[in-house]
Amino acid sequence: MSFWYWLVSFLPFEWAAPGTMLFMKNALLGVLVITPLFGLLSTMVVESRMAFFSDALGHSAFTGMAIGALCGLSQPVWAAVVFAVVIAFLFTLVRQKTRMASDTAISVFSSAAVALGIFLSTLGGQSFTKFNTLLIGDILSVAPREIGLLAVILVLLVVLWATSFNSMMLSSVHQALADSRGIRVVWKSFLFTAAIAVVVTVTMSWVGLLVINALLVLPGAAARNIARNLSQYHLIAILGGLVCGVGGLLLSYYVGASAGASITLLLAVWFFVTLLLRGKQ
Amino acid sequence: MRFAAKKVYSRIPLPVRPGTCTLQVRDLGVTLEEDTILHDVTFQLNCREIVALIGPNGAGKSSLFRSVLGQIPYEGSIQFMLAGGHPSRPRIGYVPQSPSFDRGYPISVLDFFAAAISRWPVFLPVPRDLRERVVECLSRVHGQGLLDKRIGALSGGELQRVLLALALEPIPQILILDEPLSGVDVGGEHLLLEMLDEIRQKYDLSILFSTHDFSTLRHYADKVILLQQTILKQGAPKEVLGSPEFQSVFHLNLGDEEGGGKA
Repeated sequence: MSFWYWLVSFLPFEWAAPGTMLFMKNALLGVLVITPLFGLLSTMVVESRMAFFSDALGHSAFTGMAIGALCGLSQPVWAAVVFAVVIAFLFTLVRQKTRMASDTAISVFSSAAVALGIFLSTLGGQSFTKFNTLLIGDILSVAPREIGLLAVILVLLVVLWATSFNSMMLSSVHQALADSRGIRVVWKSFLFTAAIAVVVTVTMSWVGLLVINALLVLPGAAARNIARNLSQYHLIAILGGLVCGVGGLLLSYYVGASAGASITLLLAVWFFVTLLLRGKQ
Repeated sequence: MRFAAKKVYSRIPLPVRPGTCTLQVRDLGVTLEEDTILHDVTFQLNCREIVALIGPNGAGKSSLFRSVLGQIPYEGSIQFMLAGGHPSRPRIGYVPQSPSFDRGYPISVLDFFAAAISRWPVFLPVPRDLRERVVECLSRVHGQGLLDKRIGALSGGELQRVLLALALEPIPQILILDEPLSGVDVGGEHLLLEMLDEIRQKYDLSILFSTHDFSTLRHYADKVILLQQTILKQGAPKEVLGSPEFQSVFHLNLGDEEGGGKA
């Protein structure tokens, strides 16, 4: 981390001065790690029509957090990660068995998970206030250890992408063709879903449950408006996420608003810009 | 449409070559959850033959394909014999019924193709040698110009040609096409059928395809198989299309010489 702090000290911002505002520097590094992560995930989320599904995963992550807190864990985030991975596994199973992204079924899962989370966290007359940070997100809470975890996930995801992207893409665009070429993606799509679950769970407390799904959808949705092939698609999704992520963080610092909301707003603006650009083509 | 100028119905008569490879299907039966999908299906597909499979929806055409592809369990035997009469496992190229692609998906023909035939992760720019290999594959269906088009922007006929090119890599011994003519306009239909004719001569392979379009059968199919759970009639196109079995299955009375239009 000290190398990072040293590196940041060259930036022309008042908070970049050595020895001050470490939380801001952590947050910046966090954003630099999570936006490529979200960018990579978002193209697949958009193409596999999993936007709603990933939203539901985010909701179950909250429930996992509540369960962890109830069990008296000091780090409920780990319980949430485990819970979200289990839910991700069940979802993948249901998706494979029924071969459809039934929005009704997802909605049932999702609302049941949220209800359970609220039920558990308010059990015995507890106040819900302590969970507010999960809903809105607090960029101050970025810890170097979590950044390390996400960096590891980013590396793992790149490996998964390098080895499995082709087969996952083929089965999402053309199931019959993938079948005839003997492509099976059950485990790969589980790993993909689990990656979403872990990323959402860990970053939820920074970005906020209410807007986190935007990060999983908007970079891909914006990039697909202007990209002409898959490499452009990924490049634009990652760069768009990166620029809006850093921009949103700076914006939130200077105006004093939630970073998650600021990033999401910039991404939404970016999405509409690409929509206009597409219209011109 | 580079073929439009050519005479559409030209076909070189095939030299009879006894003793070449055959696919022999004997007493094929498929049962799915106690429903009999197919029973007692027996036919032969010779090398360089184009055989059309017709029948109403739910007649078991796709199940027949999937049995030959080895994707579903079946009774009876499906055997492929090489020219010398040696049994062998055939290389089968399969062109699935083309789905409606999401028009907005930014995936080029190159991306799609490269993903299917190589291990190169196609979210990275495709290297030059792989690109050249894809161009070579596409040129088999005269589709080099489609390389950088988005899949969603292709016409029905163009999409079929891309899927056909994919099925031809590696060059198969049997080519199976599920409804290749659906969603293809008339010009595209003839282009595609001309191409199949060219391919079977060039690569010495047999072609089995299903269709609902009977107007083209006389010109392009060597044999027609009328299927409804079992084979009701098989033989030369004229014979099958003029048979009482054909008329009763499709509930139509084909008055005209050409054998009717689309059903």
